[in-house]
Amino acid sequence: MTTRIAEIWVGLFVAGGIAALFMLAMKVSNLSTYSSDSGYDVTAYFEDISGLKVRSPVTMSGVRIGRVKAISFDKQRLSALVTMEIEGEYDTLPDDSSASIYTAGLLGEKYIGLEPGAGSNDCEEFSLDDSGEIKIEETKNTDCKPSTLHQGSEIKLTQDSLVLEKLIGQFISKFLDDDKNKKEPAK
Amino acid sequence: MINQIQSLGHKGLDFFQRLGRAHILIVDILKGLPVLLLRPGLIVQQIFSVGVLSLIIIVVSGFFVGMVMGLQGYNTLVDFGAEESLGVMVALSLVRELGPVVTALLFAGRAGSALTAEIGLMKATEQLSAMEMMAVDPVQRVLAPRFLAGFISMPLLAAMFSAVGVLGGFFVGVGLLGVDDGAYWSQMQSSVDIYDDIYNGVIKSLVFGFVVTWIAVFEGYDAIPTSEGVSRATTRTVVHSSLAVLGLDFILTALMFN
Repeated sequence: MTTRIAEIWVGLFVAGGIAALFMLAMKVSNLSTYSSDSGYDVTAYFEDISGLKVRSPVTMSGVRIGRVKAISFDKQRLSALVTMEIEGEYDTLPDDSSASIYTAGLLGEKYIGLEPGAGSNDCEEFSLDDSGEIKIEETKNTDCKPSTLHQGSEIKLTQDSLVLEKLIGQFISKFLDDDKNKKEPAK
Repeated sequence: MINQIQSLGHKGLDFFQRLGRAHILIVDILKGLPVLLLRPGLIVQQIFSVGVLSLIIIVVSGFFVGMVMGLQGYNTLVDFGAEESLGVMVALSLVRELGPVVTALLFAGRAGSALTAEIGLMKATEQLSAMEMMAVDPVQRVLAPRFLAGFISMPLLAAMFSAVGVLGGFFVGVGLLGVDDGAYWSQMQSSVDIYDDIYNGVIKSLVFGFVVTWIAVFEGYDAIPTSEGVSRATTRTVVHSSLAVLGLDFILTALMFN
């Protein structure tokens, strides 16, 4: 009988330990945010990505839709190449969306914010009619779709991360210039 | 003068002999493990006395360590207006460091000393010799199940320590000090990595479990079979395994989180 109780306790103990590990994995760590379904990769060039890390979030309208997959340096263009993985369900992002690097909070982590563009598409045809006005016509092309971001496409419009030192430098130089301008007319 | 040099040499030889015996013992124990799988009852019994009975002290200290971290962390972070990061601080320090290390120290004090005393007394009362007389290998029958039980229990205990500690930090930070509930968990989730932090923490606790039970089992098996010898062996278990845990922790941390 005592061995039975001991065995029950050991069973509870092992179950508790595994439950604790499970809780650490799911609740404490980022395992739950790993997307199992494969998304698609989108690239973007930035002049300055300082602070952005692999696995930083990619958001649109503040909602996380992907993660930074890789960061590398393009030695031809002399700028940073960021590869983002966007989750597969978000496949309607216009291909002229812009990407900017923002900071969450004053000292928080960097993330990439995407802003949707107007969405260029080939469903409409522009032409000048006789009176010189622009005429927009729907094309006969039936399977026209607004072109969206897809595997391997590049986001052309990017905005770099704000570096605090640069901002302060700009502020100080502007401040000094203002100071000079004020003093000079007085002479 | 010559005598002092001789005593130094004697101590040195003694040390290396003990080290050698410890390694021979661990090899014997590891050799005995496959046979043990045929008798899981032995392991279950030992997990009960090594793991389950250590549960209360581990869980209670985990909760209090988490609460203290919540309190201290809040007081520091609130100066920078970053009290939302409390969850990150509590979780990272628990999962990476405090969980494995404090659990191993408590484990050495609670379970390691008990193991040494038990085995030492078995030796002092010549139970181990009696087993050998009956052609039962005491290493296989007595030491191996205890070793395996410690090795299994330690990571489970460390995981419970960390999990309960995170809840303790949550209790103080969110419940008493008014940190935002969502920020506590979401910032934690965005900063704690499953591989870098949790997996490495588990590896750490496995290593500590191995070392602490090894030292405990060896000290008991190697104890001078008198009441004084057993008491010394018990003390040595706690001291040596605590030092080994702290030293190894530095090495592991340097290797894992460089």
